[in-house]
Formats: sequence, C-alpha cells, structure tokens
Amino acid sequence: MSLEEYKGVAIFAQQVDNKLSSIAFELIGKAHELAADLGTDVTAVVLGHDIAGLADKLGEYGADKVVLIDNKELETYRTEPYAQALTAYINEYKPEIMLVGATAIGRDLGPTVSARVKTGLTADCTSLEIGDFPLQAREGQEQKHNQLLMTRPAFGGNTIATIACPDNRPQMATVRPGVMQKLPKEAGRKAEVINFNPELTVNNRFVEILNIVKNVTSTVDIMAAKILVSGGRGVGSAENFKLLEDLAEVLGGTVSCSRAVVDSGWKPKDLQVGQTGKTVRPNVYFAIGISGAIQHTAGMEESDIIIAINKDESAPIFDVADYGIVGDLNKIVPALTEALKAELAAKN
Amino acid sequence: MNIVVCIKQVPDTKGGVKFNPDGTLDRASMLAIMNPDDKAGLEAALRIKEQNGAKVTVVTMGLPKADDMLREALAMGADEAVLVTDRRLGGADTWATSSTVAAAVKKLDYDLIITGRQAIDGDTAQVGPQIAEHLALPVISYAEDIKVEGNSVIVKRQYEDRYHEVKAQMPCLITALSELNEPRYMTPGGIFDAYDKEVTVWGRDDLTDLDDANIGLAGSPTKIAKASDKVRKGAGEKVTLDPKESVEYIVNKLKEKHVI
Ligand SMILES: Cc1cc2nc3c(=O)[nH]c(=O)nc-3n(C[C@H](O)[C@H](O)[C@H](O)COP(=O)(O)OP(=O)(O)OC[C@H]3O[C@@H](n4cnc5c(N)ncnc54)[C@H](O)[C@@H]3O)c2cc1C
Ligand SMILES: Nc1ncnc2c1ncn2[C@@H]1O[C@H](COP(=O)(O)O)[C@@H](O)[C@H]1O
Repeated sequence: MSLEEYKGVAIFAQQVDNKLSSIAFELIGKAHELAADLGTDVTAVVLGHDIAGLADKLGEYGADKVVLIDNKELETYRTEPYAQALTAYINEYKPEIMLVGATAIGRDLGPTVSARVKTGLTADCTSLEIGDFPLQAREGQEQKHNQLLMTRPAFGGNTIATIACPDNRPQMATVRPGVMQKLPKEAGRKAEVINFNPELTVNNRFVEILNIVKNVTSTVDIMAAKILVSGGRGVGSAENFKLLEDLAEVLGGTVSCSRAVVDSGWKPKDLQVGQTGKTVRPNVYFAIGISGAIQHTAGMEESDIIIAINKDESAPIFDVADYGIVGDLNKIVPALTEALKAELAAKN
Repeated sequence: MNIVVCIKQVPDTKGGVKFNPDGTLDRASMLAIMNPDDKAGLEAALRIKEQNGAKVTVVTMGLPKADDMLREALAMGADEAVLVTDRRLGGADTWATSSTVAAAVKKLDYDLIITGRQAIDGDTAQVGPQIAEHLALPVISYAEDIKVEGNSVIVKRQYEDRYHEVKAQMPCLITALSELNEPRYMTPGGIFDAYDKEVTVWGRDDLTDLDDANIGLAGSPTKIAKASDKVRKGAGEKVTLDPKESVEYIVNKLKEKHVI
C-alpha cells in the first residue's frame, strides 16, 4: 500500500429513514478543519436508497463532494451490505481520513470496515487534529507529519489517550455525537455530486430484518437541549419526575436522567445521559438526586454550568458541580420552580 | 450446538475508581472483574444451553491471572475455558486483539460466538465485529434479546431510537449488551468443581493460523501518541442552606450567568 495515494477527508453521512443524522453535519464541520490543515477537500459519503435528495443539504453544510451509493440493499442499515459499499468507496476513492459517527450504526460499521480494509480504527473520539507522530522527534524513529491525531477518553472517562495510525490508510475514527460543531448553513452552496454504484454481493452474511420497532415514547433530543433538568434515583418514582418537568418547563429546558432511572423503568433509554447513554453539553445541567457515578459524569461534565442538588454531602456529583446544594430535592425543586416563575413573570 | 463466549478481565471502574493524591488513576487498587457485557453474554449462552442444549466454551486473551475469571465462568456453568496468553501478544490494539482471538476461536467448534458489546477499560466496542470480520461471519451487534430457532438466531438489535428484530444463519457472532439479562451467581458446587477443571492454556505458537504481522504492539495499526489521566474539572462551590435560601442561591447564580 502506498500511503501517498490516499488523499482527502471523507465522512460517512449517516441517514436513517432517509433523513440525515445530526452527526453527519458535525463530522463535516470537523472534516473542514482537518482538510484546511491538509490542503484538501471534504467528501460526504451517503449510503441508502432514493437518497439523491440528501446531497444539497450536505453541500450547504460544507461538503465539497457528495458520493451517493444508492442501492435497494442499503435501504435499511445492515452490517454486510453497508460494509461492502463503504469498503468499495474506500478502495476506489482512497481517502486519507475516513470519519464515522460513534452511533449504534457507526460503531458496528466502523470496526467491520476497518478490519476489511486492514487499517486501524480509533473509537469514540472527542477531539481530532492534524499533527506529528511521534509528537516529539525521537532518535531512530521517523517522525511523520500531517498525521491524524485522535483523542478519546477510556477507562470510563478517567483517562484520555491520543492515538495515531501512521502506517495504514485510511486513518479511521468513530467520533462521539454531540461533540464536534456543525458549520453554519450556507444556502445555495453546492457540492459536486458523484453517483457511485459498486456491485454488492448477497452472501450468507446478509441478515434478514423481520421487524422494525421504533420507540414512540419520546421524541426530544437531549443532545440538542440548552438546559437539561436531569434526575436520578433520588427522585424516587416516575410520578415524582413531575417536579423536574415543571422546572424544565419554566426554563424552556428538557428532562434527562441517569441510568438508574432507565433501569427502574421511570424514563426511556433515549433520555439517559452517560457512558452508555448520551453525551450532553448544555449551557446548564441540573443534576437532581444523582450520585454522580463516573459513568454518569462522563456524559455531562463538559456542560457549561452544572448545578447539583443532593441530600448526601459526600455524593461525587459535587466534585464536578459548579454549584452544589446539599438538601432535599422534594423541598427545593418545587420552590425553585415557583421562584423562577415569579422572576420570569416580573421580567416580562 | 457449540457456543463460544469471548470474555475479558477488566479493572472495575464502577463506583470504585480511585485516584492517587496527584490526581492520576490508582490502577493497583482497582479490582479485576469479568467485563459486565461479557458476563451478560455468558449468561445468554448458559440460558441457550439450558433450553436447547449446548456446549459453552469461554475464551480470553490476557495475563495468566485471568485464570480467576475463567474459573468464575466455569463456576457459573461454562463447560470449557481457554486462556490465550503470551508476552508476544501484549500491547495489542483492537485489530491485533481480534486477529488473535479469532485465531483461537478457529481452533474450536462453534455455531454461535458471543462477545460483549464493549469492554469497560478500552470502551471501544470494536473487537466483536472485528472477530466476525476475521472469521467472515454475519455479525449482529447490540443484542438486547437472543433466541435460537433451528439453524438461526433471532436477535433484538438495539439502535438509539428503535430496535430491529433480525434473523441470521449460524454460524454467526453476536455482541451482547448488559441489558440482556441479570447474570447468575456462581453456585458453591460450581465453585468447587471449577477449581478441579482444566483451563486450556495456549501460547502464541499454538495459534498456527495467525501471522506475526497481526499480533501484539508491532502488529497494531493504531499507536498511542500520548496517554494521561484526565484532568478533572475541580469541584465548585458547595452550600448547605435551608430550602428557601437554596432557592435564592440558585436563582442568583442563574441571574449572574445570564441564564434568566
Ligand atoms: C458499564 C456501565 C455503564 C454505565 N453507564 C451509565 C450511563 O451511561 N449513565 C448513567 O447515569 N449511569 C451509568 N452507569 C451506572 C452508574 O454507575 C450509576 O449506577 C448510576 O449513574 C447511578 O444513578 P443515580 O445517580 O441516579 O442513582 P444513585 O447512585 O442511587 O444515586 C441517587 C442519589 O440521589 C440522592 N437522593 C436521594 N433522595 C434524595 C432527595 N430527596 N433529595 C436529594 N437527593 C436525594 C442520593 O443521595 C444519591 O446520591 C453505568 C454503569 C456501568 C457498569
Ligand atoms: N483480550 C480479549 N479476550 C477475549 N475477548 C475480548 C478481549 N478483548 C475484547 N474482547 C471481547 O470483545 C468485546 C469488545 O471489546 P472492546 O472492543 O475492547 O470494547 C468484549 O466485550 C469481549 O467480549
């Protein structure tokens, strides 16, 4: 493999039900920075069926090229046809960097494709930049320039590692949703659209989808919320979440929760913050009756302002909170809602 | 039916994370446990064994002390255990790990391979799908429920906002979520028997179907440029006030920060 043959930054533009996922735009945003450093361009690769309509939006958000792989087999995500298609793209177009979202799709597709094209894959990255590997020149080892340096948390968020892939191409990473910034929309900006039709071979690795069941319970996206009112087991019951919903409503915020709450069946999984839930970065994060286990804080500690209410003064949540209040949520939260209502009414 | 479950011994990060006075992670004081997703995978295999009849073999690549974890798996009800251990395998990334584990699995009989979704040390969720790739098997990740029907498995495959009910022909590989089940405890009799059983130990040279270019640190395409313990944002203010004062305190902070 000649590494120099590989050029350009590519992103897997995930779509579900023919709607582009937010991660696609986040990846384009980051890819733009990387491409600028490398003096190259950004390609968004879309896999699906009847997807021609998605190209314009990708262009408006900063893709220079859009590669469409349109095939009936790609209508709904399945590992094998998607892996065949993305592998075909990589072999044909040879991007030097291939970014995939660290979503339930990307964390299945990424490893499969990286193993198929025999390259490295860095999981769930939270920061990407172009730099040298090794970081400092070492005697007896060639220092390579213009490498993708991929930074990611590990050990449940307790350590961070920066990883490079100096000898294989493409340099692949899955990127945590909600961390990279999209570019502002530039209406009318056009990408060059390329239709690519690799042959997909139906084999024993094609699984059969018998049924698709969507969670209809909630449609809110906690990753997009500016204010999150998050509750833990300390809230006590599904009914008592009403206190948090009222608070969220006055502030124009959204309710989220810890895993203990999901495990108890009080709230659906898509409201869960943390290592096995979602990573959130709101302007304000209220942690109410949440102990602050490391798996939870891994998903929220980047919030701008963290306000914790917990009756246990030794709860670890106070180690990450900007403002910690030791006290009973059942007394504080309803009173806070009322006080805020009064404040906001006085303002208008 | 033969089921192979890939399990890994990991430091227990759940609740028990300890820091040294200088803020670095105190790894020595953390317990080593069977990775939670893998334990759920083993439990799923044991349930299939009870319902359909199967032989369950657990495989791990790791240090010799992973013997403890394998005995725990035997005490839970696994039939056989394989430890792949060799200095030359150390420093492996997910490519090299999956190449090695796949080479070990190839020496066994299997209809179904179960791995955890992700190990709580590396948190990559890559090794399962990559083992499937090396063995050219269908993979179903993120399993919330597994049923065996004849020559097929029917799996509830989790996504963020939905699940797919998916059917695959065996042999295939499934990655298990902790949500799958509540793993059983070891029985006293099981513990007793587990210490009498043989754990098969394989070194690098026992894995003939494995290229030197794909193992250990040298065979890993990804290289660590830098690793450090995360600098945690320090604790902010902490106050203990009566409810009314608490409310005033929060409202003032929200005003100061121009939230309201
Ligand atoms: C592999 C793995 C992945 C995980 N992933 C996640 C994840 O993604 N997200 C996540 O959240 N967790 C995750 N966890 C679980 C995590 O370790 C904790 O178990 C969980 O976060 C605890 O939730 P909690 O804080 O709501 O409950 P608890 O730990 O039970 O805490 C409840 C808190 O409420 C307080 N409280 C009780 N009553 C009141 C009251 N009246 N007023 C004020 N305070 C009160 C208590 O003092 C206590 O601190 C994961 C665990 C593992 C092993
Ligand atoms: N050294 C190993 N030995 C056996 N199985 C492993 C090993 N490393 C990872 N696995 C399996 O692969 C899954 C995913 O691991 P990871 O990609 O490291 O998050 C784990 O849950 C295990 O089932």
